[in-house]
Order: sequence, then structure tokens, then C-alpha cells
Amino acid sequence: MIATLAFYLFSAILIASAAMVVTSRNPVHAVLFLILSFFNAAALFLLAGAEFLAMTLVIVYVGAVAVLFLFVVMMLDVNFVQLREGFQRYLPVGATIGVVLLGELVLVTGGWRIAPGSDALRFAPMDATVENTRQIGQMLYTDYILLFQVSGLILLVAMIGAIVLTLRDRRTSRHQNVAAQIARTAADTLVLVDVVRGAGVPADHYLRPKVAEAKPVAPATSHGDHH
Amino acid sequence: MLPVPLGHYLTVSAILLVLGIFGIFLNRKNVIVILMSVELILLAVNLNLVAFSAALNDLSGQILAMFVLTVAAAEAAIGLAIVVVYFRNRGSIEVEDVTMMKG
Repeated sequence: MIATLAFYLFSAILIASAAMVVTSRNPVHAVLFLILSFFNAAALFLLAGAEFLAMTLVIVYVGAVAVLFLFVVMMLDVNFVQLREGFQRYLPVGATIGVVLLGELVLVTGGWRIAPGSDALRFAPMDATVENTRQIGQMLYTDYILLFQVSGLILLVAMIGAIVLTLRDRRTSRHQNVAAQIARTAADTLVLVDVVRGAGVPADHYLRPKVAEAKPVAPATSHGDHH
Repeated sequence: MLPVPLGHYLTVSAILLVLGIFGIFLNRKNVIVILMSVELILLAVNLNLVAFSAALNDLSGQILAMFVLTVAAAEAAIGLAIVVVYFRNRGSIEVEDVTMMKG
């Protein structure tokens, strides 16, 4: 009974905050409503018995993704009033497509019945005596180990991609030019002069390091050449 | 296992999905809100997966929802990086400005 009431409460807040995400005037408010909707979705996950996934949702979405959104919204100095100019213009087509899609989904899910005999087709029936997290771990690290590693690779690619995209060289800083250092030979900077015995060394024959030709400091690779 | 019939969960996630798609149409200019709408759509997918997993008493739906979560996080990171780079180059994040590659 309480669980049923909680489901309706959380789903009402979820839908209301999702509506605020797409219609709110200020993007910072949109991100905050997104966080609220993630929390309520996590509560719905808990009600469905998916405890581990609910906690993962809170940690990954609220702790990482939503904060990332918040950082980007606050970092970019965008005129958000100007961005909402077409709002009224796009409202009718968006509402039409939304209503049509919702009608189709209601038609599809309204007559949903689970086929008899589908119990025998279950891939991993839940064991009520083992807790949810342990069960997920036992499946994830055995049956799904390849997919688990592939998802790790996806995260690695995303991390490297984000770094490569946003990294930029500052022209004012003095980089170490490794190629120039390795290509340098002694003859570039040093001159050996034969001195006749007993003749002494004229003042302009003292061995001095050659003056290195002043080259502009240019990084070897020019990734992130944005400005 | 579920506190309410499966259809109620499906209805909530259908409304969430439609709200996400509606948000993409509504905020045609603001890329950040479009990315948030994509997150809402993926959240609706996850809700469906978890609801079916609980209704059918099959755990593999929750495993799949975890992978969806992973891909959503990667997508948000890459998308926001692209938005930052685009803003650095053009000084705006309007989607309709992205016509430079047009011949």
C-alpha cells in the first residue's frame, strides 16, 4: 500500500521535473530539475527491487553527469535568452509529434500481456535468497565479462576523446621540444680550433658556444589549434 | 515484485520518453538542453528495462540497464566536450549555426 503510494508520488515528481527540464527558461534550473528527476527515477528503481542500479544511477548520473552539465552551463558565457527565440515557433510541431508518439506508445503498451510459458525462457531468474548486488556481480563478472570490458573501453575512449577535444596549447608557455633536443649534435654548437704550439690564443679565438639561432617556440604537434 | 502493475511503469517511462523527444523539438537552438533531453530518453529506456526485469523476475534486464548507463555517461562527456569546442570556435551554441560543412 505504502509502496503503491510512493510509486505514484515519485512518478508524479519525475514527470513534473522532466517537463520542467525541457521547458525551463534558465538552463541552470533545467540541470537542477534533471537532478531531481534522476533522484526520483532512482526511487522508482528501488521500488522495483533494483537496489544496485538505483545507487549507481544516483552516483553516476547525479554525481558525474549532472555536475558535468552544470559545469558546462556555467562555464559557457551564452546568452540564453537569445537561444529561446524559436520556442513558440517549435511548440506546435513538437506537441503534435509528442501527442502522436504518446498515442502510439499507449496503443502498444496498453494491450501488453506476457506470453504464457515465458518463464521457461528466462535467462537469469532472480534468486530471492541472494541480494540484488551480489547477484548482479555474479552475473556481470562471469556471463557478461566481455561486455563489461567493452563498456570499460567505451569509457576509456570517451575520456581520451574529451581530453583530445578540449585540450589546447597555450602559445605563451615554453614547451619542451623533444625532437629538437634529440636531433641536436655537438657540431651544431661546438667548434674545435687547432692552436699552433707556442703561438698563444688570440682574444677572438676563445671557444665560445655558438649563438643558437632564435627560432620561434612552436610546439611539435598542433592539436587543439582553436584560436 | 512490482508494487504496481507493469503497465504503470511502462506509462511513466513512455511519458518520460515523449517529454525527452518534445524537449529536442522545443529547444532546437540550445544544444545543452538537447543533450539533457537525450539523457531523459535514456532514463526512460532504463526505467523500462528495470520494470520488465522486475516483472519477469529476470536479472539480465538490470545488467543491460547498467550498460545503457555506461554509454549514457560516455555520450554526455563527448557531447559536452564537443559543445565546449564549438563554443570556443564560434562563440555560440546554436544548432542552426552548424552549417559550415554544407557545400
